[in-house]
Amino acid sequence: IQLKCLQVSNQDLEERIPSYEELEKLENEEAGDRPKWDNKAQYMLTIVGFCVGLGNVWRFPYLCQSHGGGAFMIPFLILLVLEGVPLLHLEFAIGQRLRKGSVGVWSAIHPYLTGIGIGSMCVSFLVSLYYNTIMAWVMWYFFNSFQETLPWSQCPVNANMTGLVSECERSSPVDYYWYRETLNTTPDIDNTGGLQWWMVLCHVSAWALLFICISRGIETTGKAVYITSTLPYAVLTIFLIRGLTLKGSLNGVKFLFTPDMNELMNPTTWLDAGAQVFYSFSLAFGGLLSFSSYNSVHNNCEQDAVIISIVNGATAVYAATVIYTIIGFRATEKFDDCISGNILTLLNTFDLPEGNVTENNYDQVLHSLNGTYPEVIQGLNLKTCDLNSFLSEGVEGTGLAFIVFTEAITKMPVSPVWSVLFFIMLFCLGLSSMFGNIEGVLVPLQDLGVFPKSWPKEAIAGTTCVLCCLVGLIFVQGSGNYWLSLFDSYGGSIPLLIIAFCEMVGVVYLYGIDRFNDDIEFMIGHKPNLFWQITWRFVSPAIMFVIFVFYFITKVQETPMYKAWNPESENFPTLEEKEYPSWIFAIIFILAGIPGLSVPLTAIYKCLRNRCCKKDNEFKQDDLNTIAKQVHLTDEATKNKPDIPETADGR
Amino acid sequence: MVSKTLNAPNGYKVRISLKTALGEDAYEWNQSEMFFFQATMAFAMRRHFQMETYNVDNIILCVQTSRVSFWFVVTSPDNTTMLIPKADVEKAVRMSRHRINNAFLLSDRTLEFLGIYPTLAAPVNPDTPPWLIVFGVVIGAVCVGIIALLISSLLQKRRKEKGMTEDGQDEEDMQVKGVENGINLDGTYNRGFTDDDRFTKL
Repeated sequence: IQLKCLQVSNQDLEERIPSYEELEKLENEEAGDRPKWDNKAQYMLTIVGFCVGLGNVWRFPYLCQSHGGGAFMIPFLILLVLEGVPLLHLEFAIGQRLRKGSVGVWSAIHPYLTGIGIGSMCVSFLVSLYYNTIMAWVMWYFFNSFQETLPWSQCPVNANMTGLVSECERSSPVDYYWYRETLNTTPDIDNTGGLQWWMVLCHVSAWALLFICISRGIETTGKAVYITSTLPYAVLTIFLIRGLTLKGSLNGVKFLFTPDMNELMNPTTWLDAGAQVFYSFSLAFGGLLSFSSYNSVHNNCEQDAVIISIVNGATAVYAATVIYTIIGFRATEKFDDCISGNILTLLNTFDLPEGNVTENNYDQVLHSLNGTYPEVIQGLNLKTCDLNSFLSEGVEGTGLAFIVFTEAITKMPVSPVWSVLFFIMLFCLGLSSMFGNIEGVLVPLQDLGVFPKSWPKEAIAGTTCVLCCLVGLIFVQGSGNYWLSLFDSYGGSIPLLIIAFCEMVGVVYLYGIDRFNDDIEFMIGHKPNLFWQITWRFVSPAIMFVIFVFYFITKVQETPMYKAWNPESENFPTLEEKEYPSWIFAIIFILAGIPGLSVPLTAIYKCLRNRCCKKDNEFKQDDLNTIAKQVHLTDEATKNKPDIPETADGR
Repeated sequence: MVSKTLNAPNGYKVRISLKTALGEDAYEWNQSEMFFFQATMAFAMRRHFQMETYNVDNIILCVQTSRVSFWFVVTSPDNTTMLIPKADVEKAVRMSRHRINNAFLLSDRTLEFLGIYPTLAAPVNPDTPPWLIVFGVVIGAVCVGIIALLISSLLQKRRKEKGMTEDGQDEEDMQVKGVENGINLDGTYNRGFTDDDRFTKL
């Protein structure tokens, strides 16, 4: 299916994109001042760092465990191959071929498609805002790890020294530390709670650190990724070795991987797998396009796409294993504590000698005592200790990192060391993803000419960082946590699906799959084989469409709720489910609507401008040249040498 | 047998968990240990009231179980029928709690006086919270980094400008020659390698 009627006319397109000969010249003479990777390793590490992020550590293990453990691997791997790899290859190839950032690429393919680039930029911007706040939280915990007794290991004493703080006693030291001492969270999103000064400090330092790393574009990030992309693997390995030596770790791993084949019949499993593959590859952010455009023209993008996908998938599984060894340890400790507590209660009530009741004969003894003294047993309110319920507690998202994992760390010997290592790892994972997010914001801004051309890169990066830092102050208020989940659910989900779908359709049907195949043949030496053809044309867009439709329907049908930490609620310490106030819907529309609608809106805007101004299409194209690529080509050629015969191959 | 709660307004129940505290090194609780307990309590009473008349006979024990738990009451040394009120006993125990615990190699948790809650340790409040120190170090490093960055970019700029003004004359020629094939070349054009006679080969 070629849909020739939709295809862009060859002539217009060829005027907007560099031809093969130009690319060869760029390659051989190393002309143009577009930044370049120092070596292939930098490129690979940057992409791996962008893709491997916090989601691999705290989203994938949860999905794996809740959707039937080992069985979840099947939909995950199938969708990785059918959805992740083709989309990745597409982005790499088109970026490498057109050698521009996201706005540049899409406006080169067709001016009406500029909206895709703008949408990518908006999403990258929204995600950068809140993602760096998570970095601030990680830094806060990191700063507080340099103490002998970790502050979240015990409840603080109350004002008159008579007992522990009530909020802490009713929940747990880690919960209290996270919700009260870190976030100082308000009971609902309407109370802003004011700026929390300690969080503002961490927030500013997170942005300052990010600024240093991105100030000169890939010149600086290329060096930073040697550490930020490799350190997490080292730390994960250390944790794996430590974890396997702890008691109960294998319970966790078994729980994670025990397959439940019935989950495969459940459509949500497949949807979640698809969504996880999609978000985990950081597609449609524009960052991947940008990074690939700094490659040499004949770089083997096909190989890269396959390697990166394998690395990403393997890292997810590896991280899940490590996380679950530690979770298994924590669950076993809690289970042991629970049983010991019950045993102690029994011993004390019945004055039995120590050692009479152990873990092994607990059930027997309880049963016999229940037979003889049932009322007494009732009155004791013995807790039911279930290992599986401990294993499935709150193990996703920030809850995993800041509550469950920190609790596990307090139970390990030499806790501060493990805490420092863990938070350094989280920081590196997040920072390397932030590089990609910021790239997806900075390069389009430069392409759109928002900043004056005389400004150096550092100034542009600095201004963007300061702006994002100021806007990001929403997230360091008392209610910041709720705002963050709002942004995460609505800003970072639906628009991406729309943009990715438009990308695929745009490249395959508007740019032309034939032209794309030729491009790839030019770049890597052989045409993409049947697998790529089928996935690009039908399979991947179909999967994206299905996921989008289901996601959209589910989100639209459910009343948006959020979970609040309210010490006055009845079920405290369980989080209270609250409905969002009505003015939030305007915010949701801005978050999800603007990036998503930017595609059609920009197209309509450009169409109207075209029609009403009746200018030549060609003439307008000069506006859209990128800053990163030499603009002088057209100017010099027409200005200095109007009659050179050799320029037949150029413009 | 469910443990009894005695109607003893002036008595305290004591519970000892040897195996929890000492594990394998736990000693056996026998009558000699009970005697030791009486002696320790007498010492505590002496210490609190600063009266040298308290003796082991003043500490009466009863309802001993295999848990190990028992009740005790303290009689006044002057009049053995009169019991020392609960509050005074509590004060005495609190004052010497540390000594009593150590005598038996136990802790507040494993040598329990039911009704006398252990005093909570006063939290150690350092003058500067430790996190601020680490924060200071990190921010200091970041500031140094930013300054170094700005300085190096300024130097680079100045070097470029100097380079530009020095071969200002050559710029024109280089530009003209450089655009030969529609591509701009960076850097100085080395005329030694100009292919002047490309088209004049015979």
